[in-house]
Amino acid sequence: MSETENNLVKVTVDGQAVEVAPGTTIMQACEEAGAEIPRFCYHERLSVAGNCRMCLVEVENAPKPVASCAMPVAPDMVVSTTSETVKTAREGVMEFLLINHPLDCPICDQGGECDLQDQALGFGGDASRFDDNKRAVENKNMGPLVKTIMTRCIHCTRCVRFAQEVAGVPEIGAIGRGEDTEITTYLEASLDSEMSGNVIDLCPVGALTSRPYAFTARPWELRKTETIDVMDALGSNIRVDMRGREAMRIMPRNHDDVNEEWLSDKSRFVWDGLNTQRLDRPFIRQNGKLTPASWDAAFDLVESKLKGKGAATAAIAGDLVCAEGQFALKGLMDALASPHVDCRQDGAKISGPRGNYIFNASIAGIEEADALLLIGSNPRLEAPVLNARIRKRYLMGDFPIVAIGEAVDLTYKAEFIGAGADTLADLLAGKQSFADTLKNAKNPMIIVGQGALTREDGAAVLAAAIELAAKTGASFNMLHTAAARVAGLDLGLVPGEGGHDVAGIQDAAQSGTIENVIFYGADEIAGASLGDAFVVYIGSHGDRGAHRADVILPAAAYTEKQATYVNTEGRAQMTEQAATPPGEAREDWKIFRALSARLDVTLPYDNLAALRAAMYEAVPHLAQLDDVIAADAPVAPPHDGLGAEAFTYAVNDFYFTNPIARASAIMADCAKAKNEPKNRGDSSEGTGTDG
Amino acid sequence: MLRDEDRIFKNIYGFEGADIASAKARGDWDGTAELIKKGRDWVIDEVKASGLRGRGGAGFPTGLKWSFMPKENDGRPHYLVVNADESEPGTCKDRDIMRHEPHKLLEGCVLAGFAMGAHACYVYVRGEFIREREALQRAVDEAYEAGLLGKNAAGSGWDYDIYVHHGAGAYICGEETALIESLEGKKGQPRLKPPFPANMGLYGCPTTVNNVESIAVAPTICRRGGSWFAGLGREGNTGTKLFCISGHVNNPCNVEEEMGIPLKELLEKHAGGVRGGWDNLLAVIPGGSSVPLLPKDICDTVLMDFDSLKEVQSGLGTAAVIVMDKSTDIIKAIARISHFYKHESCGQCTPCREGTGWMWRVLERMAAGRAQPKEIDMLLQVTKQIEGHTICALGDAAAWPVQGLIRHFRPVIEERLANGPLQEAAE
Amino acid sequence: MSVRRLNEEQPAEFAFTPENIDWAEGQIAKYPEGRQASAIIPLLWQAQKQAGGWLPEPAIRHVADMLDMPYIRALEVATFYTMFNLSPVGEHFVQLCGTTPCWLRGADDLKDVCRKLIGEQGEITEDGKLSWLEVECLGACVNAPMVQINDDFYEDLTANSFEQILSDLRAGKEVATGPQNSRRASEPEGGLTVLKGDK
Repeated sequence: MSETENNLVKVTVDGQAVEVAPGTTIMQACEEAGAEIPRFCYHERLSVAGNCRMCLVEVENAPKPVASCAMPVAPDMVVSTTSETVKTAREGVMEFLLINHPLDCPICDQGGECDLQDQALGFGGDASRFDDNKRAVENKNMGPLVKTIMTRCIHCTRCVRFAQEVAGVPEIGAIGRGEDTEITTYLEASLDSEMSGNVIDLCPVGALTSRPYAFTARPWELRKTETIDVMDALGSNIRVDMRGREAMRIMPRNHDDVNEEWLSDKSRFVWDGLNTQRLDRPFIRQNGKLTPASWDAAFDLVESKLKGKGAATAAIAGDLVCAEGQFALKGLMDALASPHVDCRQDGAKISGPRGNYIFNASIAGIEEADALLLIGSNPRLEAPVLNARIRKRYLMGDFPIVAIGEAVDLTYKAEFIGAGADTLADLLAGKQSFADTLKNAKNPMIIVGQGALTREDGAAVLAAAIELAAKTGASFNMLHTAAARVAGLDLGLVPGEGGHDVAGIQDAAQSGTIENVIFYGADEIAGASLGDAFVVYIGSHGDRGAHRADVILPAAAYTEKQATYVNTEGRAQMTEQAATPPGEAREDWKIFRALSARLDVTLPYDNLAALRAAMYEAVPHLAQLDDVIAADAPVAPPHDGLGAEAFTYAVNDFYFTNPIARASAIMADCAKAKNEPKNRGDSSEGTGTDG
Repeated sequence: MLRDEDRIFKNIYGFEGADIASAKARGDWDGTAELIKKGRDWVIDEVKASGLRGRGGAGFPTGLKWSFMPKENDGRPHYLVVNADESEPGTCKDRDIMRHEPHKLLEGCVLAGFAMGAHACYVYVRGEFIREREALQRAVDEAYEAGLLGKNAAGSGWDYDIYVHHGAGAYICGEETALIESLEGKKGQPRLKPPFPANMGLYGCPTTVNNVESIAVAPTICRRGGSWFAGLGREGNTGTKLFCISGHVNNPCNVEEEMGIPLKELLEKHAGGVRGGWDNLLAVIPGGSSVPLLPKDICDTVLMDFDSLKEVQSGLGTAAVIVMDKSTDIIKAIARISHFYKHESCGQCTPCREGTGWMWRVLERMAAGRAQPKEIDMLLQVTKQIEGHTICALGDAAAWPVQGLIRHFRPVIEERLANGPLQEAAE
Repeated sequence: MSVRRLNEEQPAEFAFTPENIDWAEGQIAKYPEGRQASAIIPLLWQAQKQAGGWLPEPAIRHVADMLDMPYIRALEVATFYTMFNLSPVGEHFVQLCGTTPCWLRGADDLKDVCRKLIGEQGEITEDGKLSWLEVECLGACVNAPMVQINDDFYEDLTANSFEQILSDLRAGKEVATGPQNSRRASEPEGGLTVLKGDK
């Protein structure tokens, strides 16, 4: 006992000795020793509730069984997880959980992946001794994503804790008491969170299930593909479940350094958008109308327009496209000797070395930070899971957060010290006390959002943020909103010598100096005005870009190709093919390869491996999958001075940020629910996080 | 029998005033400052020496509990919280202290708070005790006015504030960590222990929660000496105790008696005996609804203290003696207690949330003769599945009365079930 | 405990009277800074009093706003504690203790009186004067059977005395609170056995 606290504690579990750090719970020690402990309420990313009592173990000299999830180990503790006492305790708890649980497994969407089902099999009895009526509980509305069948609820409160702790929207509660306790939101309002779907995963039973997925499939009939999400620039690890070539649902996979085990609602529920509005064959505009065509006919037309017009051809890469496609596009444009390439379809004034455009501190690094400045970024909408990481750090305490931009509810306390670039200038000039806070912090952090960069003085904002970081010793971090962007910048999809950027391309198209424009998944150029330019759209969805197109070449969505994406922190990750592209659609790079042959500038690869070899030679770090390669220090770019206008945020319509999301009926439902007035009488001032 | 001069609560029936002048005339607030000037350790040592065990039901040594509070202040305030959430069926003693002897409680708060390094005390009164809360608040106001509370309380040099708080109908808030949760503005759901309140209690600060009676006897113990208190009763079960005698006695009442008084003597001397005579006794619940009942043959001889009642597989609990004569439908009586626990389960942990309702439903059927004989053993098993498996003691408290019933009255249940469903009143 | 639901019909809004605002601020001041949520039970209770004996939904929001609490946390409290009436009650709201000590001494007889004079639990008499609810132990067991009507206990009841009380209350007459027999408080009826003497 007199030992210092750094010493490991020796514990015996089922006769096996293990040494664990002080403060370790008995449950963790048991797992260390290889003893599996059943549990329902315990979840390692949530606070400990200790309410389900399933994890009871026997501890020598303890008067009664102990909840192993909550009890820290003590030196020389002797634990049994297999004794008769433990077995009886588990059977008892299991029986209690089941007496009021309906026997509706055959019609329950949790069936086949239900903790209660699994553990009942492992630890339960074989017959019911409960002769009275089972409890019936009214279902509650929680919005368009979470379906409730509350009779199944076992009151583990994981959903309550998730909403309160991780999502930062304290909207789920357990009302009433005793056996009449019910989980609900206030007056059954929809959950006001961009992460609400996670409660479906957390629910250990079928009480909270996916409403859009309801009754559509059984887990064992789904083909599961582990891949990467592209709905934001986080690169969340996901699993896409397919039946045939139809996406049925998307689930998060754990990645401690990226998304932990959370997923934003857009990433999770966008799957119906993968099945609709698809470009499944080439189209040609004839008499003003897009009409189906063969690949050959489409290529003929493109060839006729582009051949010999390389220098008058421009290309813009969109938000969801992969590195391979962008590399091939860049190769094509280089071969056509056109410098008019841009991957910054939002017009963000990003330039300079890699350190200028990645999230240098890394996502997990947020947890090490001790002060944060947000510049023109609303991470809650731009990257909800990253925002949850900021909140996680916030909950640890001693984490001052200051933001420049319009005041919004971030789910944690942030002081909005100003709305525009003038405040940034004040900070830089040391006229704001938070500059000192940053300077005095050990690991201060600056996050710059795209909203601060797409404006006229974007370059100046970037420069000011980089200078402020240098001055205060803060890490400089750019939060992207597009999954494609970092790879695009890595691959140099920016205007070359004498080349036009996105705005310049539009001007030049109107003036006629640019005659052809390739839209590679570029759908966000609001009111793109391209004059009489001939537009080739290469992409997966019939959205804004396709509507302006003269030729459509159908490509693969992110679930239909094995492709590289680089997230906002510069982490290259590879998607896997969950399905083949629909109809006649082809993988992106193949389209560019075929096009290059038609234009007599054949790209020097004819398979994916060869393309990657070339790509890796050009940008070696793309080969280092799942590694974050540190970038050199950022360098302030040249600029024309800061303006004073207020920052606007990059994402406002969270559910409609890209063509797949816009094709999703589920996203439309979410947006509708969000805009509906809350069912709560008079509107009143929000409390706490209810902004 | 305890002599009146050894009774601590001389105005327990409220025949005299509860005001501060009357209280002082009875000896309250006499030399409080001098007691405090003897120091923290002295107070704790006197209470330890008295052998006082907590009067709220669990019987944990009070002085020892106080000594668990950190000796040094680490910057966090310390709190004394007084549990006046008196809700254990059968129990109504703290009510009388609050309405008739509030100054004993307040002076005790000052002494106990001082002994644990607290400058603030919250008294959590059950919501239904509205008049009692008002009486207590009156006494608090008087004490502030008289300089006995607030800065330099009673001239002791110790600053001390007392705040009266209240609940709104939840038995579980009598559990100390549920009470703390409730006091923090949440549902009264017990916390996991560790951490214990002495380290992490109210607002995350070192806290001790004591029953009203435990605190209210402290001034007299300090004044008359721990040894005086320890001289009453027997070892490990010392002092005086407020007993609440309800049910089938001729004259139900509260009375302060010496610990260890024979149950029969207690009932006959103070409550006018069992209705219809001692031989008409069926059973007694000796310590509030949570403890297992005792059939008459045990009642004949058992002594009313912690250890004697433990020996007969029951407990002193809150010393609320519920008497049932032979006219009682004992199954129904216990079924009604089971209903109470089902009603009061906080719903947090599985065995209690699900088990209390299960037990009640089975007992209701048994009372009506609508159950299988094999369900008696099943019911017993259910009680065992609850007991010792819950976060707090409410699970145990719900299980024990049922266990007591089956232990002592199994033949009654068997007979009821053998006779089949009772004629139920048409409803 | 049975499932407790907010009343179907709700007033459009609720706000504390200026006096109650003052009072509430005094309550909040009892607790350390930042711990204002501690005052939720007293404030909800005061809101219930102001609203005439029950807690309307807008009052829950009003109190939550005052204490800077999420609405759902306030709703949890309002539904957990059974003294918060989520539906209207009679002007004289009878809480009848039905737990074993009172049951042993005739609580069932009192229930019969309630059914006769008022109706079933939760029903309000047409004149709005009375409603009743069976509750758990109210902590006056040596004065059983007993009921609480609004703020006061009525103890040592018989069916007759209880019926009289209800009738008197309904008629707007003064009624004596506390024991309805010869007792003053919790002393044995018919003569003290202790503390008889000098004091």
